[in-house]
Amino acid sequence: MDLTTFLIQCLNAVQYGLLLFLVASGLTLIFGIMGVINLAHGSFYMIGAYMAFALTPIIGGAFGGGFFAVLLVGTVLAVLLGYVLEWAFYSYLYEREHLQQVLMTYGLILVLEEVRSLLVGDDVHGVKVPPILDGSLPLGDMMTYPVYRLFISAVCIALAIGMWLVFTKTRLGMMIRAGATNREMVQSLGIDIKFLYRVVFAAGVAIAALAGMVAAPVSSVYPGMGSSVLIICFVVVVIGGIGSIKGALVAALLIGVVDTFGKLVLPSASGVMVYLLMAVILLWKPDGLFKAG
Amino acid sequence: MFNAQRLSRHFRLAAAAAVALAIAPAHAQGQGKIKVGLMLPATGTFAALGTMIENGFKLYVTEQGGRLAGREIEFVRVDDESDPAKAVDNVNKLIKRDNVDVLVGTVHSGVAMAMARAAKESGTLLIVPNAGADAVTGPMCAPNIFRSSFSNWQPGYAMGQTMAARGVKTAVSISWKYAAGDEMVRGFKEGFEKGGGKVLKELNLPFPNVEFQALLTDIAATRPDATFAFFAGGGAVKFVKDYAAAGLKRNIPLYGTGFLTDGTLEAQGADAEGVMTTLHYADSLGTPRDSAFRLAFAKTFKLQPDVYAVQGYDAAQMLAVGLAAVKGDVSKKREFAAALRAARIDSPRGVFTISPSHNPVQDIYLRQVVGKENKSVGIASKALADPGRGCRV
Repeated sequence: MDLTTFLIQCLNAVQYGLLLFLVASGLTLIFGIMGVINLAHGSFYMIGAYMAFALTPIIGGAFGGGFFAVLLVGTVLAVLLGYVLEWAFYSYLYEREHLQQVLMTYGLILVLEEVRSLLVGDDVHGVKVPPILDGSLPLGDMMTYPVYRLFISAVCIALAIGMWLVFTKTRLGMMIRAGATNREMVQSLGIDIKFLYRVVFAAGVAIAALAGMVAAPVSSVYPGMGSSVLIICFVVVVIGGIGSIKGALVAALLIGVVDTFGKLVLPSASGVMVYLLMAVILLWKPDGLFKAG
Repeated sequence: MFNAQRLSRHFRLAAAAAVALAIAPAHAQGQGKIKVGLMLPATGTFAALGTMIENGFKLYVTEQGGRLAGREIEFVRVDDESDPAKAVDNVNKLIKRDNVDVLVGTVHSGVAMAMARAAKESGTLLIVPNAGADAVTGPMCAPNIFRSSFSNWQPGYAMGQTMAARGVKTAVSISWKYAAGDEMVRGFKEGFEKGGGKVLKELNLPFPNVEFQALLTDIAATRPDATFAFFAGGGAVKFVKDYAAAGLKRNIPLYGTGFLTDGTLEAQGADAEGVMTTLHYADSLGTPRDSAFRLAFAKTFKLQPDVYAVQGYDAAQMLAVGLAAVKGDVSKKREFAAALRAARIDSPRGVFTISPSHNPVQDIYLRQVVGKENKSVGIASKALADPGRGCRV
């Protein structure tokens, strides 16, 4: 592997890592702060991708808006969906055991897949890359690098910075962190913890859906796409430490590197490399790299 | 002791019941109906393929007035969900509970292998209308097991031959690391190296991982004359789009087996334009047989047929040939098989015969993506027979 190829592979690794962070950060938010094992997280990602596919012609036709209008509308819809789901289902889960949470959220996966099948069908669909981002940059004489992939990375970095700011610099962030540590105490201080949780959950759903929408042009849109990201999301959250945004970022980048170079160096074992990494890290730090709180 | 007695009585009852069941179909055979057990996916990722196969099968039966060899056809259906874990239970429902005369299924190779094993044990006739696992007409082959589709080796080998003939000297292969991927790449390598080509690298990634970027970079660094790829469904869409986005399509032409561009062109758009693939069927073949079939199918089901519909249709044709030879008596397996070995099946894809290991001996088309069609640009391999390695009938 010469230097240019190596550098391109590093770029690939970082880019994949950032995409993983984008998908997994909503999960670590919900899992870490609210203590709910949300198996339906992948379905929210899937819903996002299908929204990008289904909303594009509608919004394009009605308002003449492009991809960014779709992102905006999709995110708002996802917030609403998250808000309603929390009110209707998830709010009953906080006091329950993990097994019941797993059962309910697994049921939700099946329901959402079936609804998807009824509404959109089982075909594979593509979403067009928005024209402004459709270019590509030359990389060496053989390859080019799509601008859209750089855009995805930029969205991920912006989101990471945004989440960090909200968590550490704002009153809302402080309340959320306090709520994660001691729910009753926060409640007795006169803070509406139910509303707070509802907001956090809606934000988690919106981030997952945003990830799906942003990833749709490169990943295409297909049945079962939600479950394909779910497992790797949990790996990110567990390696990073449950509830830690910083941990999720570091873990996602680590996985990006291990997965990318694993495929090249040890192709026959590339499927297990990421899980080996998880096992090693858990032996070393059973609570993950950066446990929240 | 009491329990032991009870158990043994239960066992005797069960044994008696089993014997009774085993005798029952022998009585049933006469001029009654033929029971066809359709074990296809009705839910899950492959549901659409299952529907196409079933439609194709039923179209042929309907064209014959609902009778094959003068016997009325009755269908029993089981949704196999493309789940290998449930395959044994599902196939036993059809064989033991419903006493079907013929099994038809399925799409997923893992499930089809379980069906083949069960059919081999029970002696029930089995026609596989899709699953390409080489083993079905290889080590698992049996006098009562047939396939109306293809073996994974076939399109791979044909593409290897074609690429070598087109002057491609070096190639890199890329696929998912699972049975179908391995088998197609093996076929490709055999055909390509026989023609004097050299496979520089065999890249693969775990199923169903679709993060291709690292491997695409590796292809660019390896600089082969061409790339051979096997992916299907969502993975195929993403691969073709990523390949084009990485700028490789201009410098290193992309070839593959038909699954790379079948049923996915809408989603792949312009990125698939010009990609060449091999398969035993193509869009707009333009033969009278194919046109008639396509028209009839579209009229009956309000759907455009595809390769899966053809495979279902031909499964029914094969059953008709066999049944005619034994006059509807499915217990005469040797005669049934002999008739098929001698038959020429007039398929919409073109006439094919049946190899000694019961796989179609068929023309493999070279297709090129033009607009939203996989247009045939010629025959990649004429009357290609799977070697049937490991088969001893």
